[in-house]
Amino acid sequence: MDVRLINPIISSICNTLETMCATKVTIGKPRLIGTNDGSTDVSGVIEFSGDAAGSLVLHFTFDVASAIASKFAGCEITTEHEDFSDAIGELANMVAGAAKSQFEGLNVSKSLPNVVVGKDHNVSCSKGEKRVFIPCDTDSGSFLVEVGMEILRASESKQTVGAVGA
Amino acid sequence: MKIMLVDDSRTIRNIQKNVLKQLGYEDIVEAEDGVIALTKFAETSPDLCLVDWNMPKMDGITLIRKIRETNKTVPLIMCTTESEKTRVLEAIKASVNNYIVKPFTVESLGEKINQTLSKAGASA
Repeated sequence: MDVRLINPIISSICNTLETMCATKVTIGKPRLIGTNDGSTDVSGVIEFSGDAAGSLVLHFTFDVASAIASKFAGCEITTEHEDFSDAIGELANMVAGAAKSQFEGLNVSKSLPNVVVGKDHNVSCSKGEKRVFIPCDTDSGSFLVEVGMEILRASESKQTVGAVGA
Repeated sequence: MKIMLVDDSRTIRNIQKNVLKQLGYEDIVEAEDGVIALTKFAETSPDLCLVDWNMPKMDGITLIRKIRETNKTVPLIMCTTESEKTRVLEAIKASVNNYIVKPFTVESLGEKINQTLSKAGASA
């Protein structure tokens, strides 16, 4: 998969978790395999469209999802908490948004987040593109980020700004 | 001082609410999409609004344009994952007063809110 997609995603995983959860992420070696061979109980899914299309999925076990959602929200968020799915979805949304802004020369839109909850589920992808699995380790436990994206066309170069006072 | 938080994520609204409470702002109105926000804006006349961009039913940029049709002065802050220059320029064109990119630190959120209120107070 194109490094123009993977590198921004790795950078945004680290930045989002560090900023919003005060959690340092150690990235393992990305691997290209056909399926997620780990246990997935909770998945935060974002779809991309435009110059690059595909999906980004954050896969967690229940325990890790609860621990990270709690850090994100600043209060205990168990898997039964009414805001559990919302917190995981917003985390996926932030990772995708921060990555999207770093896709150089690509004009990309993202969907609203979807969250799938269920012991050992699978998230099927509609496209046949290669999937990259990025192992992420934190002091709350490990999770996996699955990326299945392809660049369809390059647009004019774009600029990104951190913040603007207007 | 009444502040309206518009975001489809309750988690984000809660994080924002906690920051506002730390800053001493207790009178907070919440809306989960642009349609509800527009109704609550008319009903409650907030003194500041924090608005997400991507929301169901009505997005944040449409909401801001609609608010500006009737109210040119209320401070509006866009708080979003959209950080491309074209998006920021679009928001400025729609007359937002400030722009916060998610992910944000609690400190930076507080700083932007104070900054926006100070500017609004100075020009009032």
